[in-house]
Amino acid sequence: MNFYWHVWAHLRKDLQVEWRSRDSITGMLFFSLLVVVVFSLAFDPTAAVSRQIAGGILWMVLLFASTTALNQAWTREQRNHVLDAQRMAPSSAAALFLGKALANMIFVIAVELVLGPLFTVFYNLHALGQGWMLLAVMPLGTWALVANGTFFAALGLRTRNRELMLPLVLFPISIPALLAMIQATTSILTGENEPDLWIRLLVVYDVVFTTVCLLLFDTLLNAE
Amino acid sequence: MQDTVQPKRTGLIIGLVWLALTLVVLVIGFREAIFISPTDAAQGNVGRIFYWHVPSAMLGLVFPYVNFAASLAFLYFRQRNPLAALTADAWAVAAAEVTVVYTSICLVTGMLWGRAVWGIWWTWDARLTSLLLLWLLYVAYIMTRRLSTTGQTSTMGAIISVFAAIDVPLVYFSIRWFRTQHPSPVFGGGADSGLDKSMYPAFEWNILAWFMWGIFILAFRVAVEKRQQRVEQAAALRSLEGDLDNFNLGGAERGNAI
Repeated sequence: MNFYWHVWAHLRKDLQVEWRSRDSITGMLFFSLLVVVVFSLAFDPTAAVSRQIAGGILWMVLLFASTTALNQAWTREQRNHVLDAQRMAPSSAAALFLGKALANMIFVIAVELVLGPLFTVFYNLHALGQGWMLLAVMPLGTWALVANGTFFAALGLRTRNRELMLPLVLFPISIPALLAMIQATTSILTGENEPDLWIRLLVVYDVVFTTVCLLLFDTLLNAE
Repeated sequence: MQDTVQPKRTGLIIGLVWLALTLVVLVIGFREAIFISPTDAAQGNVGRIFYWHVPSAMLGLVFPYVNFAASLAFLYFRQRNPLAALTADAWAVAAAEVTVVYTSICLVTGMLWGRAVWGIWWTWDARLTSLLLLWLLYVAYIMTRRLSTTGQTSTMGAIISVFAAIDVPLVYFSIRWFRTQHPSPVFGGGADSGLDKSMYPAFEWNILAWFMWGIFILAFRVAVEKRQQRVEQAAALRSLEGDLDNFNLGGAERGNAI
C-alpha cells in the first residue's frame, strides 16, 4: 500500500508541475502537428495509400515527439538537487520510476487524443478493420515507448551528451515494439490482416520491459 | 607501484602460444576453404565466402552471451567485491567489442555474397535485419560507455547489456514473423539442408580458427582493459595521497602558527 502511495505522490507532483507550465504537452503537440504536415506534403497520399502508411507515420510522429519530451522529463528533478533528495528518501526507487512513467504516459495519451482526429482529417482515414482494437493498441504501444523512454532518459542524465543518448539506446531497444505497433495499426486500418499476433507481442514486450525497468531503476539511480 | 602495471610472465607466454596455434589453424582453414574444398555446384567460387560468413555469424551470436554473463556478474559483485566487479566489467566491454567485430565481418561478407548471388547488396530479410539490430545494440552499448561520466560507465554498460540481451530474442521473433528471404538455415533447416561431406573439413577448420582468434582478441582486450583499470586506480590513489599530504602539511603549518 505504501508503494502505491509513493507512486501516487510522484505522479501527482509531475501532473501538477505540468499543469502549471504545460511545457511537455504543448511542445509535443506542436512538434507532432508539424511532422504530420511535413509528411503529408512529402507523400501527398490518396485515401488508399494513406491507409497503408498512416500507421507508420503516426508512430514515428509519436516516437519523435515523446523523445523530445522525455529528454526533459528528468531535468526538472535536477534543479535544486531534487534528484539527490529523492535518492536519499526512504521510498523505493521503483515508485519514483513508475510515477514518472505514468505521468509521461498521461502526457503522450493527451497528445494522441488531439492527434487522432487530426490524422483522420488530414489523411482521410477510416478504419476498414476493427477500429475499436486501436483502443488496445494505442495504450500498449505508448506504454512500450514511454516506460523504456523514461528509464533511458534517466540513464542519459549520467552521460555527457544527453540529447543524443536517449534515441541512441531507445530506438534499437524499441524495434520489436515499434514493429508490432505499426503492423497492428496498419492491419487495423487496412483490414487486410489480423492484428492479434502483434498485440500479443506488444503485451509481452510491455510486461517484460516494465519488469526489467522496475528491477534495475534502483541500480541506475544509485550508480556510483 | 610499477610492478603492478607490468603484465604477468605466464599470461604472456600462454598468450603467445595460443596466438601461434591460432595462426596455424587459421592458415589450415584458409587452405581448406580456398584450395581443397570443392567449388559449389550452384554458386561457383563465390560460395567459398560461406566459410567466413557463417563462422563469424555463429561467433557473433556467442560473444553477446559472454557480455551478458559478465554484466550480470558485474551487477552482482558491484557492492560485494569491487575487484571481481572490475574484472567482470573488463570481460563485458571486451566481449561487446568482439561482438561488434564479428557481426561487422558477417554483415560485410554477407553483403558481398548477396551482391554476387542475389544481385542486391542488402534486403530487409529476417536474419539480416536481426543481425543488423544486434550490431546496432552493441554499437549503442559501446557509445554509451564512451559518453557516460567517469565512475558510472560500468553500471550504465551493464544495465544496457541486460536490456539488449532481453531485446535480442524479441527482435528475432518479431522480425521472423515479419518477413523472410535469407536462404533457409544450412544446418537444421529441413530435408535439403546440410553441407556436402567434402565441404565439412573447410567449414570446421574455419569455425575452430575463428573461435580461437575470437578467444585471443577477447583475452587480449581483457588484459588491456585490466591494465587500464590499474593505471586509473594508481592515478586515483596518487591524487588521494597528494590530497592527504596537502592536508597534513596544512595541519602542520597551522600547528606551527599556533
